[in-house]
Amino acid sequence: MASPDPATLGALADPAQYHEPVDLRDLPPAKAITALDTLLLIRAVEVCIGEGVRAGTIRCPCHLAIGQEAAAVGMASQIQPHDRVFGAHRSHAHFLALGGSPRQLLDEVLGRDTGCSRGMGGSMHLRDVAHQFWGSVPIVGATIPIATGAALAAQMDGRGALAVTCFGDGATEEGVFHESLNLAATLRLPVVFFCENNLYSSHLHIGLRQPADSTCRHAVAHCIPFLRVEGNDLPAVVAAMRQAADHARSGAGPFYIEALTYRWRGHVGPSEDVDVGVKRKDDLAQWKLRDPIGRLAAALEQAGHLSAAALSEAQAHARAAVAQAWDAAQAAPDPPQAALQGRVFSAP
Amino acid sequence: MTYADGILVALRHLLREHRECFCIGQGLWSPWYVGNTMRDLEKEFGTARVIDSPVSEAATTAAALGAALGGYRPIVVHPRVDFAVLALDAIVNQAANWNHMFGGGIPVPLTVRAIINRGGEQGAQHSQALHAWFAHVPGLRVVMPSTPADARDLLVASVLCDDPVVYLDDRALYDVSEADTSMAAVSLRDVLPRVRRAGHDITLVGTGHSAHLCGKAAELLARQNVSAEVIDIPVPGPVTDGAARVLCDSVRRTGRLLAVDGGWAACGFSAELVALAAETLPPTAWKSAPARLTLPPAPAPTNGRLERAYYPTAETLAERARELTR
Repeated sequence: MASPDPATLGALADPAQYHEPVDLRDLPPAKAITALDTLLLIRAVEVCIGEGVRAGTIRCPCHLAIGQEAAAVGMASQIQPHDRVFGAHRSHAHFLALGGSPRQLLDEVLGRDTGCSRGMGGSMHLRDVAHQFWGSVPIVGATIPIATGAALAAQMDGRGALAVTCFGDGATEEGVFHESLNLAATLRLPVVFFCENNLYSSHLHIGLRQPADSTCRHAVAHCIPFLRVEGNDLPAVVAAMRQAADHARSGAGPFYIEALTYRWRGHVGPSEDVDVGVKRKDDLAQWKLRDPIGRLAAALEQAGHLSAAALSEAQAHARAAVAQAWDAAQAAPDPPQAALQGRVFSAP
Repeated sequence: MTYADGILVALRHLLREHRECFCIGQGLWSPWYVGNTMRDLEKEFGTARVIDSPVSEAATTAAALGAALGGYRPIVVHPRVDFAVLALDAIVNQAANWNHMFGGGIPVPLTVRAIINRGGEQGAQHSQALHAWFAHVPGLRVVMPSTPADARDLLVASVLCDDPVVYLDDRALYDVSEADTSMAAVSLRDVLPRVRRAGHDITLVGTGHSAHLCGKAAELLARQNVSAEVIDIPVPGPVTDGAARVLCDSVRRTGRLLAVDGGWAACGFSAELVALAAETLPPTAWKSAPARLTLPPAPAPTNGRLERAYYPTAETLAERARELTR
């Protein structure tokens, strides 16, 4: 639940807490199982990409979302066909959670013509409009105002669509974040500001970058309602996102969500500790007990909807599907030479 | 029709004929109405389509990009281009690259209209001409009209173009007037340089206000029996092969080139024009070395006396041209 103090994460930031199975709330078992499958798929794709980076097969910078999967899946749970979602540098999970094809993502990080951005973007420039993912870019905070404008377009369309911008805690230090919240609140735009607070921007802890550890205080400053959730608790993120989406679709204006989560790997690349050293290593062991997959699977097992064997089978299935896509991606073609100058303007 | 009228006529046409057009920027409801170029538009088309915005250049420009991705044709207005510098991420990193970095074939119909406010003792942060910055970037189209008809027709063309466009109009031209013409539908990618005046002794070339100055200087030169050809480049970014050909054909005839620019010389638009001609024409084509006339390498001063020394005039331009033809 939302803390009354918009500036303080409190117990959420304590890695020793929230290890127990999640509360499934009103999430129907079939939907929870589907969500679990998506979490497993994202984890398997991210592990595969990490191995590809380690092997040197993938050369573009890859920012892995291992450990943060539930935030993406919870966000995506409320997205409808006319909506528009924007991401940032760490957006593989958003792309996949919205239904993007693992093969197209793998092709893209390999820079192939069959990738979701036709090999022109790589890991940091993902786009899949057919699944409502309108674009991710690595300039920190850059898609926050773009999504705000996409919400303006949705408001002008009058069809009840909304925009979502997914960003990290670091982006709240950018000036344009504040401009966007002000603009969205003033024009009552249907945009959900979805902050995945993982406590780190690159190597630097939020305590060394901000005077308080919760970014919800900025929502209050701009008269925007907010919810803070345990971002590794899938049903909690789904519930928060449902409330945010209902609010935005109703014409009541923007909504702010802060999902507290933690990334298991470094800022960029597959290593667990290369960025931030020993302290983080100790914390990470505890954060792994707050695994979004483990907590959801345990809840489903407790409720009798999932057996240990079924979970193993689902994990194996996800890994096999990703391995097959990875093998196929190796043979995918590069963009043609003509793409270099032929894709500068919208029509050559 | 004045240059300012041309802009207003274009905006009214766009808002009337194209439901997907809207304007956003600062001062759009102010009694000043962006130098009268947007007078009463919000009364005619409503405040939902002519949006006076918070003081947030970066967010409004990026928001307009987001709306463009959603099928609209937004016109962002920065009443001084100096303030558009705050929106460079949206323009340079995002809008210019969007189509290419996401695979091509993606319309990005964003128009950023910004105004150059030369003169008037406005100083270093209200007077800059930054067109060369934008023209440097692949993926942006840059438009600098010098006449009322171009101000009108090229604004319409900019907004109807599916690429991001930086449209820079010049306050010093707002009162320039010419006989009314009917609106011409043009495609921005096909716009060629205008040969504003034919001549055979020297080619004077510039964009926007500088092209206007070239025309004035050519009149002065004519009285001194120097026949100057005036080339106006209303789309300085990108200078297409076809546009370069018009310039080079002229220099081939005259053998002399003076590139005039309202920006600075270093890595500037005048350098681009000289380079295009120098790379294309053989050494034998030149009767004198190509030359440039630009602002001196200093910020715009506020002091009136210094300001008069800062900006090229038709007289200084004609003087420089005469030196080259001696």
